[in-house]
This record gives sequence, structure tokens and C-alpha cells, in this order.
Amino acid sequence: MEQKYLTRLKISNISKSFPNKEGKRELAVDNISLDVYDGEFLVLLGPGRCGKSVLLNMIAGLMKPDEGKVVLDGEEITKPNPQMGMVFQKTGLLPWLTVMDNITFGPRQRGESKKIYTERAQKYIDMVGLTGFEKSYPYQLSGGMKQRVGIARAYTNEPKILIMDEPFGALDAQTRYSMEQEVQNIVEKDRRTIIFVTNNIEEALMLGDRIILFTNYPARIKKIYDVNISKPRDTMDRTFLMLRKEISENTDLAL
Amino acid sequence: MKVKRKFFEKNDLKYTLMTVLTFVVFLMLWQVLAMNNLIVGEYTPSPSEVLEAFIFKIYNVGPDGNLLITNILTSLQISMSGFVLAVIIGVPLGLLMGWYRLLDRFVRPIFEIIRPIPAVSWIPLMIVWIGVGTEAKAVIIFLTAFIPCVLNSYTGIRQTSQALINVAKVYGASNFYTFLHVGVPSTVPMIFAGMRIALASSWSCLVAAEMLAASAGLGYMINMGRNFGRADVVVLGMIIIGFIGYIFTTVFTVIEKIVVRGGTI
Repeated sequence: MEQKYLTRLKISNISKSFPNKEGKRELAVDNISLDVYDGEFLVLLGPGRCGKSVLLNMIAGLMKPDEGKVVLDGEEITKPNPQMGMVFQKTGLLPWLTVMDNITFGPRQRGESKKIYTERAQKYIDMVGLTGFEKSYPYQLSGGMKQRVGIARAYTNEPKILIMDEPFGALDAQTRYSMEQEVQNIVEKDRRTIIFVTNNIEEALMLGDRIILFTNYPARIKKIYDVNISKPRDTMDRTFLMLRKEISENTDLAL
Repeated sequence: MKVKRKFFEKNDLKYTLMTVLTFVVFLMLWQVLAMNNLIVGEYTPSPSEVLEAFIFKIYNVGPDGNLLITNILTSLQISMSGFVLAVIIGVPLGLLMGWYRLLDRFVRPIFEIIRPIPAVSWIPLMIVWIGVGTEAKAVIIFLTAFIPCVLNSYTGIRQTSQALINVAKVYGASNFYTFLHVGVPSTVPMIFAGMRIALASSWSCLVAAEMLAASAGLGYMINMGRNFGRADVVVLGMIIIGFIGYIFTTVFTVIEKIVVRGGTI
């Protein structure tokens, strides 16, 4: 079945280390190879601070790997690439800009036609359910709404690959749950290749077509799970619960 | 979404009354002490004497040779030109130093050495370089106001959130675009804080700057008051400097609120 999929992003043998307090280099990401297929919802699951974010920053081109390379559609990534959209854990909204101006930051900065990108932005604002808040400032929004702005911003950039770095990590449980539903709806309406990072097993199982489980620091691939449960998923479903148990027993404790 | 405040609430009235009361008590105390010569030296003028000097100075040029309004306008002109110059040069310099490492390494050592030198100690050099005119005084003010402008912009832009910088980078922004559209706007509150310090110090440095052979100005008026033994004129000059400084702060706070309306995180 996987043969049918087209590989969009090829990560081969990347490693990254940082100097620690004693000045020695410590591995954060250890020799990871990974293919991301077209249109899939890939979840990177690992304990907190396991090096997932470092991996993500390398995929996004914000950091250079020490070894190995990241290739998107046959082109090696060496610097940030607008073809990859990113939704950040800390939302990263510019507090002095309105919702609309935040969302159109990318295309505006590239000098695209205002009429075209405003129209596109409006489409995604409507999609994430923020209609009527275009002129609001981030401080006037709740945590969940801020994250919706972040998602709309990433989509407005029309990325080939959408990276979401623990987007709901800072939300309360209720909001988190409803945002997960929201993401499912959005993905159904506008299918894209998505890399979603989380430390929450349930969230991973709710959303992921494929789950990559990482070890604790340094990050290595521990196991890959294919989640063949139809969406929307039921958290009480038997297969769901069994997978949940299996992954949970396999997960390293974050210290 | 904004809650409009009523223009005049009950509490406002209470606090306004308290402020007024403080002034009244202070002035009364001062008047009584001065009238009975209880303040050190018999020479201390009482508030009523200062008020008389104020009314006198509105229509008369003695003892310093200028009407009060001429002195105020001259001083305003000097300190404003020094302040504006400091903002125009200091803020961009601080921002660029904070953002570009190379410039930082290049300029900062010189800046750090100039920083502790009191602006007043430049006076002798200024006389030689540009004489004793308005420009020389404006330059002294400039040197005072320049330091906080640079320091605050520098510190502010260095504190730009890395997360926001990453956002700009991910969307393909160049370093300069990120500087202009992320670094600078996020520094605005700090820039304003620096400008406020600069404004206050440029105004209070006035007396010292006007020790250069001036022919008008509030600092000049104070000096002349001293020379002629007119303590009432000296105190009048002090009070007017304080009062105008207070107006500056108030106006500046209003401007700051309008500009920084988006707020920070």
C-alpha cells in the first residue's frame, strides 16, 4: 500500500549535536532517516525535550544538520523555505499586527499582490472559524483562537508541507480536544502533507496516519506505527485503545 | 471589546482632591516657614514672593534682560533640538548595533568609553569647536539624551523573541526585513522608555548647558538671579523647569499609549 504514495520529503541520516555545559558535544538527534509521503498526516511522537524540535528546525531549514540532508521534492533544504509552512508551539503571533496582517505576513513580505493574498487569507480565516476577528489584535484572543490564527497563517502561505510543532501543548485539555477536532475538519477540507509533533499519545492516535515514536534524548527512531483506523476516530475504539497501550508501554519516560 | 471608562469617576475626584491638598499643604508650610525665617538663611523667598516674581516677569525684562516667555521659548528650542537630534541619531544606531553583530563590535567600545563622561564636561571643548551659540548648547543636550536612546534601543532589540524571528525566517523573510518588521516593532516600548529618560535628562541638563555664555533661557535666568541676589527669580526658574518637565512627561505618556496600542505579549 505504501508503494502508491509519492515521497515528498526525504530525510537521510541526519544528526545534530550541541556543546553541553562542560563544552563536550552532546547528540540531540542521532542518525535519523525518514520518508514523508504525499498527503499523509505524519505524527512525530516523543517525550518532552527529546530532540524533536531540533529535528523539526532542521526540516524547516532553521538549523543546519551536522551530517545528512533533508530533501524536498528532489531539492536539498539549506535555508528556510516558504514551501514549508510552520505552526509554532508558542503561536509566534506578532502582537502589534492584527489577525489579518499576521496571517498575510508571508505573502506580503514576498511582495505578492495584496488583492490575491487577502482573498486567500480570508478563505482560510473562514476555514478556521475566525470570521469577524480579522481586525482583532492577538492580545484580544484566547489561546485556542491564537493557535487558529497560526494555522490560518501557515495555510495562507500555501505550503507543500505543513509542520506543526506541538501546537496545542500550551492549551488546556478542553480546548486542546476541540482543536484536535478542528484540525481533523481542516485536513478533510484541505488535504496537505502534514508533519505534526506532539508528546501526547492520544493526540497522536487521534490525528496520525503514521506515528513515528522517538527515544528519549538523543532522538532516535524507536518504532513506526501505521494507524489503520478510519477517521474520525473514537477514543474508546478497541484498536485505538490497544495501540494506545502498546505505544505507552514503549515510550521512554521523560526525566 | 474595550471598556470605555467614564470620564470622571468618584475615585478620580477623590484622588484629584488629594493631589490638590498635597500642594496646598506644601505651599502653606513653605509660606509659614519662609515668613518666619525658619528656613536656613533669611533669604529664602516665600511662595507669595515667587508668585509676585512670576507676575513681574511676565511683563518686565529685569533682572536678566528677557521676558519670561522669551526665556521659556529659548530653553525649549535648545532642549528640543538636542533631544530630537539624539532620537534621530541614537535610536537607529542602538537598533542597528543590537541587530548587527559586526557594527556592535565596531562601535560599542567607543560608545562605552564616551558613555560615562558627563555631558557638562564637554563644555570647554564645545566652546572651542562650535562657539557658545544655540548649536553648542543643543549639542551638550544631545550628548545627554543620546546615551539612553542608544542603550534602550540596543537592549530592547536584543530581547526580540527568538520565536518571532523564527516565524519571519520560516516565511522566507530576509535578515533586513526581519529587522524592520519584527525587531524594530517589538522594541517600540523600550524605545519609548529610552526617549522618556532622554527627554527628562535633556530638560534637566538645561541649566548646565546655559552656563555657556547665554543671553536668554531659563538656566540663564537662574544664573542671573543668583548674580543679582534675586532668590525669588531663582526659585521661579526652578519651578518653571519642574512644571514644564511635568507637562512633557504627561504629553509623552499619552503619545506612548497611542503608539503602543497593540501592546506586547
